[in-house]
Amino acid sequence: MKQTLIALVEDKPGVLNRVASLFRRRNFNIESLAVGHSEVPGVSRMTIVTDEEEMLRRNIIKANLFKMVNVIDVQDVTEQSCVLRETALIKVEADSVTRGQVMDVVEMYRGRIVDVGTKTLIVEVTGEPEKIESAINVLTPFTILEIMRTGKIAMTRGEVMPRTNGTTKAPSNGKH
Amino acid sequence: MAEMKTGAEIVWECLLREGVEVVFGYPGGAILPTYDALSKYNDKIKHVLVRHEQGATHMADGYARASGKVGVAMATSGPGATNMVTGIATAMMDSSPIVCITGQVTTGAIGGDAFQETDMTGVTLPITKHNYLVTHIDDLAQTIREAFYIARTGRPGPVLIDIPKDVQNASIEFVYPTDPIDLPGYHPPAKATDEEVAAALELINKAERPVILAGHGVLISGAMKELRELAEKGNIPVTTTLLGIGALPASHPMNMGMMGMHGGSWPNHAIQEADLLIACGMRFDDRVTGNLKTYSPKSKKIHIEIDASEINKNVKVDVGIHADLGTVLRQINPSVQRVDRSAWFGKIKDWEEDSNERDILQFESPTLLAAQAIRKIWEGTNGAAFVVTDVGQHQMLECQYYSHDDPYTLSTSGGAGTMGFSLPAAIGASFHVKDREIWVIVGDGCIQMTIMELATAVQENANINICIINNGYLGMVRQWQQMFYESRYVETPIYSPDYVKLAEAYRLPGYRVEKIEDILPTMRKAQEHNGPVLIEFVVEQFDNVYPMVPAGADLHDMIRRPHPRFENMDIV
Repeated sequence: MKQTLIALVEDKPGVLNRVASLFRRRNFNIESLAVGHSEVPGVSRMTIVTDEEEMLRRNIIKANLFKMVNVIDVQDVTEQSCVLRETALIKVEADSVTRGQVMDVVEMYRGRIVDVGTKTLIVEVTGEPEKIESAINVLTPFTILEIMRTGKIAMTRGEVMPRTNGTTKAPSNGKH
Repeated sequence: MAEMKTGAEIVWECLLREGVEVVFGYPGGAILPTYDALSKYNDKIKHVLVRHEQGATHMADGYARASGKVGVAMATSGPGATNMVTGIATAMMDSSPIVCITGQVTTGAIGGDAFQETDMTGVTLPITKHNYLVTHIDDLAQTIREAFYIARTGRPGPVLIDIPKDVQNASIEFVYPTDPIDLPGYHPPAKATDEEVAAALELINKAERPVILAGHGVLISGAMKELRELAEKGNIPVTTTLLGIGALPASHPMNMGMMGMHGGSWPNHAIQEADLLIACGMRFDDRVTGNLKTYSPKSKKIHIEIDASEINKNVKVDVGIHADLGTVLRQINPSVQRVDRSAWFGKIKDWEEDSNERDILQFESPTLLAAQAIRKIWEGTNGAAFVVTDVGQHQMLECQYYSHDDPYTLSTSGGAGTMGFSLPAAIGASFHVKDREIWVIVGDGCIQMTIMELATAVQENANINICIINNGYLGMVRQWQQMFYESRYVETPIYSPDYVKLAEAYRLPGYRVEKIEDILPTMRKAQEHNGPVLIEFVVEQFDNVYPMVPAGADLHDMIRRPHPRFENMDIV
């Protein structure tokens, strides 16, 4: 299973570079990385997916992220109950003949048509990454012209959440 | 109303408030405003003009290792700053607290490939604990405070502050920030949990063949007393890493000496046969573990380490404690039981005796041996000097033949293995170490990497004794070529200048020693001289450092010095 991490980081110049550089330097691979503002001003939230399978290496990734001065909190949510979502914009070739067929497919995936051209459609699909994969597969015969995926974003269910003030670090004593 | 200060003045104001006594640096275009402002502060703060910015960082590093305080280096943008890279990487690998202040082109010019522009926060990202580009004068004082705080706390390390020229020139009403530093993402850990203490104690009190691995963390945490208590109370032998030398007196009966690639064979055997390793402030570097797959296969492992990312990085451990070492040992020690381990100590003794018989000092040699020279330096300084070594054979021989009974008396580049470290690091140390003689042990390859700092040593009248162990080769590399590349000595013979004449040219006393009986008298002359002295030791070219665990080999699979009783006495 892929490792999914949620990181809260200070919203400062270069922080994304620091995080990305850490993975490169330590020879870990980032599968996807999504970043944006969090609910707290000055704090950004990242969802990082790695292809690391081994538990010890996963912990090392987490510990290395924690160690960074600009990283406020890190949660490994791989084994936790989470809402996982990804959004894809898929541009498909569609003329007046095939447009209806494409729209049927989009309907099945609860997607939306967000742009219509004379020979193209842009489809928006949101869901777990597997659903996106599946939608892409089904749309492939219509000729896909472009795909843009956001990468996975994650949020734990219920009351489990990362701390924006970083106070989890000290008392947890390394047992992150 | 607060006084107006320029960014350049704020730099010095902040350094003064951090207790900085000395700054090692080199001026240039983008840092000129800060140097200009120094004229207002140079009665309070000493600046040392170096000959190369790498030297500035090694001096700051050497000062930091000797004093435990933060060392400061300063340079201009572009090439001035990039010259610091080796010194920063060296400090990073050995957890040495330094702050590097670099000038940068003006904020408006950043990104435009201006003259002497280099992206220093980018360049130093992977080799600093943290770094800053200060784009506004309002942030300057707080940034410098944070930089010092980050450099010296937790696992110490280098921090770089890049300050554009216009930020140095700008002015504000200066109020020094006094609120406590609160970095939301930076909280060095404190102590172990009760469960961790209990789990560690359970293993320690049950162990029959335990070994304590003492690393640099013992000295950084100042946990020498606690370590000694653990060893003595629990009756547990100790071995140290290269940077852990001094954690326990070398003469202490429980100290087996250094482990690893060129460590003693007996601590290495002990590690391999142990049923418990207690790793204290060390990181299982490949130079101490050898082949990880066969490393200490019979042991449980406790790892006490302030950097969580080191726990389980190289060696999987049973109890990992992410906290300050001294604090953890104070938690553990009261419940450590004394266990009879005479069988274990007996076994270690046997390994040690076998090693003593192979000791190079037992050999007759027509030429001066590096080991003999270093042993004499130990003798001539009563083992009480502050020694700075460079990297290679002489470094390993220092660890084997100069016994350190006190902590903080050996300064050496461990993790990075930076040739050229010793001379500038010793100059840096000389600004703190006043109660001990400072002796530099350096090879003929290493000294030529930073030899220009001789001028700095003379200029500052640094009280250092520089011993060049000259074997005419890049000795350790030659040893590898002999052992692993069928003695093809490709590009390892190295030409040296006449060091005595060179000393004369730099205007410091210089001596050459070729016979063992001349060592102590020459040392006396150096000891009587106030200021830098250079002594060249012309030593045997083809001696090797034994034992040696070849890179990647099993720790117990050491290449040993041929035994004098059974094998030919050739020293080669």
